Amino acid sequence: MLLGKLTWDAIPLNQPIPLVAAGVVGVVIVAVLIWVTVKGYVPYLWKEWITSVDHKRIGVMYCVLALVMLVRGFIDAIMMRSQQAIAFHAQGYLPPEHFNQIFSAHGTLMIFFVAMPFVIGLMNFAVPLQLGARDVAFPTLNSVGFWLTATGALLVNISLVVGEFARTGWLPFPPLSELKYSPGVGVDYYLWSLLISGVGTLVAGINLVTTVLKIHAPGMTYLRMPMFCWTTLASNLLIVAAFPVLTATLVMLTLDRYLGFHFFTNEAGGNMMMFMNLIWIWGHPEVYILILPCFGVYSEVVSTFSHKPLFGYRSMVMATMVICLLSFMVWLHHFFTMGAGADVNAVFGITSAIIAVPTGVKIFNWLFTMYGGRVTFSVPMLWAIAFMVTFVIGGMTGVLLAVPPADFLLHNSLFLVAHFHNVIIGGVLFGAFAGYEYWFPKAFGFKLHEGLGKASFWCWVVGFYVAWMPGYVLGLEGMTRRMQHYDVPEWRPWLIVAEGGAVIILAGIVLQVAQIFVSIRQRAALRDEIGDPWDGRSLEWATPSPPPAFNYAVLPTIEGEEPYWDIKQLARERLTLRDEPAYGDIEMPRNSPTGFVSAFFATFLGFAMIWHIWWLAGLAAFGAFATFVVFAWRDEDEYIIPADEVARIDRANRSARSAVLKRLAAMQVAQ
Amino acid sequence: MSGAHAAADPYRIGHYGGSHQYTAEHAGGGLVSKRIITGYGFWIFLLSDIIMFSAFFAAYAVLVNATADGPSGRDLFDLGNVALETAFLLLSSFTCGIASIGAQRRRRGWFYIAMTVTFLFGLGFVLLEAREFASMNAAGYGPSRSAFLSAFFTLVGCHGLHVSAGLLWLLTMMAQVFAKGFRADILRRILCFSLFWHALDIIWVGLFTVVYLMGAGQ
Repeated sequence: MLLGKLTWDAIPLNQPIPLVAAGVVGVVIVAVLIWVTVKGYVPYLWKEWITSVDHKRIGVMYCVLALVMLVRGFIDAIMMRSQQAIAFHAQGYLPPEHFNQIFSAHGTLMIFFVAMPFVIGLMNFAVPLQLGARDVAFPTLNSVGFWLTATGALLVNISLVVGEFARTGWLPFPPLSELKYSPGVGVDYYLWSLLISGVGTLVAGINLVTTVLKIHAPGMTYLRMPMFCWTTLASNLLIVAAFPVLTATLVMLTLDRYLGFHFFTNEAGGNMMMFMNLIWIWGHPEVYILILPCFGVYSEVVSTFSHKPLFGYRSMVMATMVICLLSFMVWLHHFFTMGAGADVNAVFGITSAIIAVPTGVKIFNWLFTMYGGRVTFSVPMLWAIAFMVTFVIGGMTGVLLAVPPADFLLHNSLFLVAHFHNVIIGGVLFGAFAGYEYWFPKAFGFKLHEGLGKASFWCWVVGFYVAWMPGYVLGLEGMTRRMQHYDVPEWRPWLIVAEGGAVIILAGIVLQVAQIFVSIRQRAALRDEIGDPWDGRSLEWATPSPPPAFNYAVLPTIEGEEPYWDIKQLARERLTLRDEPAYGDIEMPRNSPTGFVSAFFATFLGFAMIWHIWWLAGLAAFGAFATFVVFAWRDEDEYIIPADEVARIDRANRSARSAVLKRLAAMQVAQ
Repeated sequence: MSGAHAAADPYRIGHYGGSHQYTAEHAGGGLVSKRIITGYGFWIFLLSDIIMFSAFFAAYAVLVNATADGPSGRDLFDLGNVALETAFLLLSSFTCGIASIGAQRRRRGWFYIAMTVTFLFGLGFVLLEAREFASMNAAGYGPSRSAFLSAFFTLVGCHGLHVSAGLLWLLTMMAQVFAKGFRADILRRILCFSLFWHALDIIWVGLFTVVYLMGAGQ
C-alpha cells in the first residue's frame, strides 16, 4: 500500500463539529498565507524570523506558538464545560468518542504546546540579556528546538482533520492506550507528536543549561545572576533529567503498538503499572519545569514594581534548588491507590508535603519584598499578586492531596482536577502572562495597552475562580473527572457556574487579543524610548528596546547583584552617562534554515509513521540526516557587525538616555 | 535607596555580605572558549542520554523475570559471543582515542587509519549483535515472545542503534576532515564524537554486567 493506513475514511466527513472547526482553522491559515504573500512579507519572514538564530526572535516565536495554541486549547476547554453544563440526564452535544478526544487534546495542548513553549520562550528571550551575553550557547540548535516543537503542535492539529486524536487522556495510560483497546491512529498521533517535540524540548534544555552555566558577562558570578536565571537553570536541569525518561517511556509504548512488544500489555508478562511509574518520574518534575521559570518571573516583577531588591536572594536560590531536587522524589503521589502499601505511600506523602516548605519560603520572600516598598500596580504586578493568593490556595489543596488517606477519597475526582488547574493556571499561566506583559516592551519597543491589560486580568482572575472553585465542591460531592454525562442533580448548579467562569475567561482572552491590536495601533504613544519602561533593576533594561542582534555594544562588567540599578543610580546622581566605550567589531552567528528544514522532514516522518507509510518515513529520516550534513558542511558560520554600525546603534540609545538625564537635571534646577 | 526601604529590609538578609560593595569575587564570570562550551553542552546531552538508558535499564530490571513461560537469559545468552562484542567495543574505544590524538596533532594519515580501525571494530560489534538478535528471532524468541524479551531487545537494541548512529557519524567526520581539514569547528565535532563513542562503552559495561553476566548466572 502506497499510503499505508491512510484512506478517505480518515477525513471525518460525517462529524460536523471537527469538520467545521478544521474548516475554520484551514480558512484562517490559508488567509494568513495569502495575506503574507500578497503583502510581500515572505522574504522578510524567511530572513528575519524563520531562519533566525537570534535567541530573542526564537523566544518570541515560542511565545506566539504558545498564544495560538492557548486559543485552540481554550476552545476545547469551553466545549467541555458546555457539554457538562447541559449533559444532565442527557447526551449533550458531544458524542463520547469526540468528548474523549477533546479532553485528551486539551491537556496535551495546554501542557506541551502552551505552557512549555511559553516558559521556554520567555527564558530564551530574557536569560541571555540578563546574563549580559550576546547569544545562547548553541544558536542553531535553538532554532531546531523551536521548529521541532512546532512540528509536534502541527501534528496534534492535523489530527483534527486527518484521522482522530487519542481518547486516552493527556497521558496515555495502558492498557487502554495499547493497540488492542485503541486500534485507531489517535494514540499514534499523540506518540509521534510528543516524541518529536520532546527532542526539541531536550535541545532547548541542554542549550539553556549550558548558557546559564557557561556564558556570562565578565564578573557575572553565579550568585550575582538574577533570580530568573537561577530558576531557568533549575527548570532546564529538570528538562535534561526528566525528558529522556518521557522519551524512553513513549518509545516503549510505541514498540508495544507497532511491533507487538509487551512492556505494558495485559499479556506475556507486561506491567502497566510500570508505565505509571515511568511516566510520573517525568511527569512530576514536569510541573516544576513549568512553575520554576514562572517563580523567576514573579521574582523579577515583584522586585521591579516594589522598587526594592528581592528580599532574601540567597534563600530564594536555595529554595529553587531544593525544589529542583525534591521534585524527583514525589512521583508516586500520583497513584497512591496503586497499592504500594502504607510505608511507601507515607514516604511519598511526606516528601510531597515537604515541597511546601521551600515554596513557602518563596512566597514569604515575595511578600517581604513588597513590604516597605513603593508598589506600583502595573499589569505584571497584578498578575504576580493574583498568583500569590491563588497559588497558596492551590498549594494547600495539593498538600491535602499529598495525605494518602485523603487521596484515596479524592483520587481522579474533580477535586484533583480543580487542584492542578488552580496551580497551573494560577501559577504557570499567570506567570507567563506577567512575563509577557513585562518583557513585551523590551521585545517590540512599545508597551501593551494598560487599561485593556487590566480589564483582561480581572476577567481571567474572576473567571478562573468562578470556573474552578466549584470543581473542589464537585470533587467532594463525588464527581469523577472526564464525565461525558451524569445524572446527579446536586452537581448541575456547580457545573453551570463553572461554565459561566469559562465564559468570563473567554472575555479575558478576547480582551487580550484586543490589547495586542490596540497596542500596535497606538504604538507611537506607547513607545519605550530608552529601553527601561518599568524602572528595571536587571541588565536587560540596559539595552535599547528592541535590543540589537548583538544585545550589548560592549559587554558590561558586573560588580554586584543589581548591576543595571547601580549604573542607573550613578547616572542619576551625576546626571550624566558613563563615558562612551571603545566600540569594536562584533561576530554574530549566521542565520540558518537548518531548524526549519529538519522540522519539515520531521513532520513528514511523524505523519508517515502515524499512517504506516514506511517509504515516506525512510525518505524523511534520510532528509533530516542530509540536512545536518549540509549544515555541517558550511564554511562560514559567523558574520561581522562593523564597529561603526555598533557605534551608531549604541549612540542612538545613549542620546535617548542622556535626554532623560537632561530632563532630570532641568527638574532639579527648577526645584 | 531611600530610608524607608532600608527600614523595611535593614539587614539585607540573603544578600552576599550585606552589600555588593564587599563582594570581591570575580571568578566564574569570565568568557569561556567555544571548545569548552561545545564540550560542556555535549556532556549534558550525554548525561541525558544516559538517563534515557536508565529508564530502559529500569524497565529491564522490572521485567527480567516476566518470561511468560518462555526462555530466560540463562537459556539464551552466549557469553562467548558477548565477550567478543565487548572486546571489539573496548578496542574501538582505544583506537578512537588514538584518532583523537591524531586529530590534535593534525596528522591526517594517523587520524584516517585509527578511525578506519574504529569503524571496523564498531561494525564488527553491530554485526555480532545483529547475528545474536537474528538467531534468537529465528528460534521464536523474538521481542513479542515475552515482556522479558521485549525489555531485552529494547535495551540492547537501543545501545546497538547508538553504535550504528555513531558509525554513520564516524564516516561523516572522516569525510569532513577529508574535505575541510582540521578546522576548529571540525576539531570540536571530533571531540564530541569521541565523547559519544566512549560513553557508549560506559553504557555497554553496565549492559554487559546487568543483562548478560547477571542473566547468564541466574
